[in-house]
Amino acid sequence: MTPTPPLLAVEDLTVRYRTDAGPVTAVDNLSFEVAAGSTLGIVGESGSGKTAASMALMGLLPRTAEVTGSARLHGQELLGRPDSAMRDIRGRRIAVIFQDALSALNPMMTIGAQLAEAVRVHDRSRSAGELRERAVELLDLVGIPSPAARLDQYPHEYSGGMRQRALIAMGIANDPDILVADEPTTALDVTVQAQVLDVIRRVQERTGTAVLLITHDLGVVAGLADRIMVMYAGAKLEEGGVEQIFYRPAHPYTRGLLAALPRIDRRLARLEPIPGQPPQPHDRPGGCLFRARCRHADPDRCTRPLPAPAEVSAGHLTSCVRVHEIASAG
Amino acid sequence: MVTYIARRLVYSVPVLALASFVLFWAVRTTFDPLAKLRQSHDPTVLARETARLGLNRSVIEQYGLWMKAFLTGDWGTSTRTGGAVSAMIGSALGSTLQLIGWGVLFAALLALAIGLYSAARQYSAGDYAFTALSYLGIAMPPFWVGLLLIQILAVWPQQQFHLAHPPLYFVGLHSPGHSGPDLDYFRHLVLPVLTMTVGLVASWSRFSRATLLESLTGDYVRTARAKGVPRRQILVRHALRNSLAPFVTVVAMDAALLFGGLVVTEQIYSVPGMGRLFLDSMLAGDVFTLVPWMFVVAVAMILFNLLADIGYALLDPRVALR
Amino acid sequence: MTRTAPTTPAPASVPEPSAVPGKGASASRDPGPARIALRRFLRHRLAVAGVLVLLALAVGCFGATWLAPSPRNAQDLLLGATPPSGAHLLGTDELGRDYLSEVLYAGRISLAIGLGVAVLSTTLGTVVGCVAGYFGGWVDEVTMRVADLFLVVPAIALLALAIQGLGSSPVTIVLVLAGLGWTVIARVVRAQVLSLREKEYVEAARVLGVPTVRILWRHLLPNLVGVVVVNVSLSVAAAVILESTLSFLGFGVQPPRSSWGNMLSQASGMVGTSQSYLLYAPGAAILLTVLAVNFVGDGLRDAFDPQGRH
Repeated sequence: MTPTPPLLAVEDLTVRYRTDAGPVTAVDNLSFEVAAGSTLGIVGESGSGKTAASMALMGLLPRTAEVTGSARLHGQELLGRPDSAMRDIRGRRIAVIFQDALSALNPMMTIGAQLAEAVRVHDRSRSAGELRERAVELLDLVGIPSPAARLDQYPHEYSGGMRQRALIAMGIANDPDILVADEPTTALDVTVQAQVLDVIRRVQERTGTAVLLITHDLGVVAGLADRIMVMYAGAKLEEGGVEQIFYRPAHPYTRGLLAALPRIDRRLARLEPIPGQPPQPHDRPGGCLFRARCRHADPDRCTRPLPAPAEVSAGHLTSCVRVHEIASAG
Repeated sequence: MVTYIARRLVYSVPVLALASFVLFWAVRTTFDPLAKLRQSHDPTVLARETARLGLNRSVIEQYGLWMKAFLTGDWGTSTRTGGAVSAMIGSALGSTLQLIGWGVLFAALLALAIGLYSAARQYSAGDYAFTALSYLGIAMPPFWVGLLLIQILAVWPQQQFHLAHPPLYFVGLHSPGHSGPDLDYFRHLVLPVLTMTVGLVASWSRFSRATLLESLTGDYVRTARAKGVPRRQILVRHALRNSLAPFVTVVAMDAALLFGGLVVTEQIYSVPGMGRLFLDSMLAGDVFTLVPWMFVVAVAMILFNLLADIGYALLDPRVALR
Repeated sequence: MTRTAPTTPAPASVPEPSAVPGKGASASRDPGPARIALRRFLRHRLAVAGVLVLLALAVGCFGATWLAPSPRNAQDLLLGATPPSGAHLLGTDELGRDYLSEVLYAGRISLAIGLGVAVLSTTLGTVVGCVAGYFGGWVDEVTMRVADLFLVVPAIALLALAIQGLGSSPVTIVLVLAGLGWTVIARVVRAQVLSLREKEYVEAARVLGVPTVRILWRHLLPNLVGVVVVNVSLSVAAAVILESTLSFLGFGVQPPRSSWGNMLSQASGMVGTSQSYLLYAPGAAILLTVLAVNFVGDGLRDAFDPQGRH
């Protein structure tokens, strides 16, 4: 569809952990693309592999992890590089904002020192004064009032929302091509959540960075993402534009997620939880991973090996093989 | 900060009072302060001393008398040497402080270096070797370490190479005619410092390895890696910096124990410090030295523990002393 | 105090106490967690090696009457001191006694003191910690202040003073060392009990009117098995080293009784002489014991605390 190659192209990404109980699959044959300046929301429950996938791109998985497949940034392969080569990418081309900023920030270093470190690691030429100037500029960009005075404070002197902003400032310190936001609002109060999402949106407008927004909260991606990818037990179940996902969900799991979401426009109160639990990571059944919890599951078709996710409409893919029957059934 | 220190010191007064009373009582019931005089069989002298020391009164009154004299600077006279107890303790404290100073400095730096190496190369051959050594260091009785060190580092080379003097000395801190920090002092210092630090290095290096490794699992380390910070820099700037506060605390608290705990080292190497003074006073039943000795050691322990807390607060911006 | 057959029906999860609550009784009645702990322990190779070494030492020392090459204190003044040889594996001392036999006989007292102190101080500390933690209030305040006092007085000085005052028979030494060693485990147990007594099942037992002693014994103690057992092993190590140190300083076991500590004390005069070999065996015996006990302690810690594993 797009003639220019995508900013990031991930193909058949698989992540396995070696454990005492045998290999555990965290990410299973995952493929997706991210266009420059766009926002891809990755949605899934905890343990669905969304964080493992993004950490694999940065080479930040523990040594027990085994990564296969391909991930190309500007056509340049990221996987399988030595750590020293990845250091150049991390923080400069791809940056991360972690959840729980209190533990993600070093409690013993001032915010200013941590910002300066992020810049200096990739640019040794800057003087202490220039680093300080840049740090003030960054804090200002994420909307921290009187940034110069705030620079010499420690993380525990910041409020939760301000810490998250400081973390965002650190993420964009080197104008990265992609900003991975891993549950950036989970640890925050609802009102602060909205502010932080707003900061991410504004930062994206100013710097033109692409955002990989990882969350378990469909509400968070609704306002921010261009496209949404739904993950379950390490695999992609559905991917499409925001409107496609929200108004015409194809996969029963996505439908379940939406039904479990409180909405202002429907007063009809019963929120429907999805029954059951995701499969155990070291005991993965063949075929559709969601079938044990799916009320449309077919004992024959859904147990067979799944083909790659197929398009239901332009740019809207799903892994569900019974999508058309379900749609007609309502 | 100042109010914090003041309050801590005030709090330690009742602890000190109670501890010193218990010790006073224990020492007085264990030893007869007049044991020496009784040998002279002079009833007038005995009666005079009994009255002067208040020995015919209750223990509490005796303690009160002693404490009053102690606080006004009258620490009494040693029955063993006949000298002033305050001067004896002062000079002993000087020698012990030299050992503590050099020993703690050496042990802390070495332990930190080992901890850093082991944390940076966890599960490497070197890490395993240091782990094994630390198990040995903790399991060896300290006096045995001292005896072996003398045998291996002083006596054996002297005999082997027919030297006039052993390369390292093992009696006192200075040869006769020497004083001050010269080569002679250094040659006297090595063995006692090594002896007292074997156990310290062993346990401190384990501690520093463990805290460093724990720091390395912190989320902020992941953040630093995501920024592209090189491993070595993460180890020093993030992990080391974050494990320093607990490390310094442990060092200070262990150092506090050394004031009265260098008995073995000082005994083996004839260093005229606090431990030696205690042993000599103990064997001579010198109650007039023993009680102030214990008081001084208790004060030193309390001060060092306070120092440990202050050090922690200075190193960790999250802790405010109020 | 032992009120069996309670009138209120006990919760299903609480098994009846056996008539005689023996030492390992609670563990064997509840095979699940105990067997898991045992399996974890056996996986810890060094700990298993430690157990074997300790067993060998115990058999060698306590069976010295049958196993030692020479009877106790068998002198051969004509032979005198000889370095290790085929006839005397560890040599002989100046009285011509076989040093291996002497080390084995001395080990009886060293090991007995170590074990005695560990069991006694752990029992004392556990009881004090339980009581302080469970009852709180002034009981807690008083016991913990007393424990604090021990922090400001150097241990060696206190021990020397106590032994000087009370005498230096092995039993006194055990009592004195235990009297000093209980504070560590008391603190740990107190902290655990403080958090455990707020747990729902303890609350529930209290509401049901289960007697206090029974709550402590049936509900709190089983949760403390891990820390208590680990503490026993650590205090054996500490006690063996302390006893030897005291003996070296002249306050420990006195001749003609012999322990590894006072053997070393006597051998310390031999530094630099032709008899310096006498220095090695008793020290190595202490080293081996403490090393083995520490490995066992590590194994126990891992066995009872799976989260603590790296």
